[in-house]
Amino acid sequence: MEPETAFSAIGEDLICIGRVTVFLQQFANALALGSVYALFAIGFTLIFGVLEIITLAHGTIFMVGAFAGLLAVTKLHLGLGPAILTAMLAAGTLGWVIDLVAVRPLRKRSFHHLAPMIATIGCATFITSIAQGLFGAEAYRFPFDFVPATSYTLGPVQLTLLQLIIIAISFAFMVIIIVLLHKTKWGKAVRAVAENRRTAALLGIPVDRVYQITSFTAGALGGAAGILTGINFNTIHAFMGGPMLHRGIAVVILGGMGDIRGALLGGLILGFSEIMSVAYISSDFRDAVSFGLLFLILLLKPAGIFGRTGERKV
Amino acid sequence: MLKVQNIIKDFGGLRVLDGVVFQVAEGAIFGLIGPNGAGKTTVFNIVSGLLQPTDGRVIFNGADITRLPPHAIAAQGISRTFQNIRIFGEMSLLENVLVGMHRLFSYSPAAMFFDLPKKRTEEKLLREKACDILSLVNLEDKADWAAKNLSYGGQRKLELARALATDPKLLLVDEPAAGMNPAETEELMDEIVQINRRGYTICVIEHDMKVIMGICGQIAVLNFGELIAEGSPEEVKRNPLVIEAYLGKEG
Repeated sequence: MEPETAFSAIGEDLICIGRVTVFLQQFANALALGSVYALFAIGFTLIFGVLEIITLAHGTIFMVGAFAGLLAVTKLHLGLGPAILTAMLAAGTLGWVIDLVAVRPLRKRSFHHLAPMIATIGCATFITSIAQGLFGAEAYRFPFDFVPATSYTLGPVQLTLLQLIIIAISFAFMVIIIVLLHKTKWGKAVRAVAENRRTAALLGIPVDRVYQITSFTAGALGGAAGILTGINFNTIHAFMGGPMLHRGIAVVILGGMGDIRGALLGGLILGFSEIMSVAYISSDFRDAVSFGLLFLILLLKPAGIFGRTGERKV
Repeated sequence: MLKVQNIIKDFGGLRVLDGVVFQVAEGAIFGLIGPNGAGKTTVFNIVSGLLQPTDGRVIFNGADITRLPPHAIAAQGISRTFQNIRIFGEMSLLENVLVGMHRLFSYSPAAMFFDLPKKRTEEKLLREKACDILSLVNLEDKADWAAKNLSYGGQRKLELARALATDPKLLLVDEPAAGMNPAETEELMDEIVQINRRGYTICVIEHDMKVIMGICGQIAVLNFGELIAEGSPEEVKRNPLVIEAYLGKEG
């Protein structure tokens, strides 16, 4: 073998290894992004599955979670764990209040799906403008080094502490939600209401309370996604909920409306397609590529990955 | 125990129940029969709170329950099954029964989120009780199946078990034998009698005369929304109005 060809063969090998490493690195980044999308979308799909409404206030709840976490850190000097709990509590309470003042009165009278949806748009606009009034339009940041910029090397892949935390917390919450839904009476009540509200009521399940619990839980999950996103990108502003809401809707439709596994998988798929399109195509086309992909999947499976027409599952 | 007083129900301009009156005594198996469209299921819907009557009252253990919402009526101790099966197909048999037991769990949502000991002991206790209820209808060996995979007869029995799980005083059973073969029907009759012996009062709608005559002590007959007869199986069988309603008037 000529020395020159041997050299270029090694070079190609190196390039190849480099490509694999880049891919694995992007894989880790995508996992961190996608798990937050999944966390956000699970709350969204839970509301749809149980209350049968599309809540367009979920993005706002997400934003409130991020701000609550930020204030907990900057004003109360709380650590990461308590800050996340604060964000969840604030966002969960907001979800509960929105159900109480905007959705419930409409539900009491008639169950026209559009009216509650429009009411949630109203809530979203209202709360967003309050946030804008309080915080202005500029972006806020968590204190420098709030999460230490440590990184860990896993084979060829570098994971930051922040990414590890985000992935761990997101998956932990998803597991907790699934366990609660299957192993507790309230979880079973939620699933029963999602399958058949009238029958559940006849069995003595207080359907209204189930709606409230669901609204709180979904809000809390949205709030957790909010603070994690806030830390991850380190920009928090009053309008951060909008783009997230669009992604949430896309993820939920992709996974199959009302299906938790679908929201999980859909969130990861969106995270992956966004990261990969930035890495391999161009960041300019990120949304075009990822939403184009969603569209393609929907052409193949119109009811979403886990969706079956006329049947819902939580 | 249950008093239905002068119930009138109009759907639009159509009167489907016209002054229906009957009483179910504690401990009885009471039969409600009548031709198709007589309004039997409507009576159940009104008693269980799914429908509001146009006029009249439903009294249960001395209390007026006419305008209560379904879950409040369930809390008073009335449970029911449906003519068209309404089990939770995606859940396991055991979970279906546990959903029925919701009211018997007392722990709060907070206890759920923080996995308090109270929640753990309750969940365990009621899980055992749910298995016991499944064994009443001979389904305990299939407890982990998804309910949608049960046979038709099995699903009916599961509905019965789930209704029992709410620990009712009165059980409303809507056409339990519909779609069952004779052997299954036989087994079901036996199970209903067993359930009754455990102290549950039962009110049953049924088309199968053999079932009704075999297990009911007292029977009411509806025709076109009106009560045309009430009494023991023997009395009802001989009543000319009943014979006319079922077989038509003689030429």
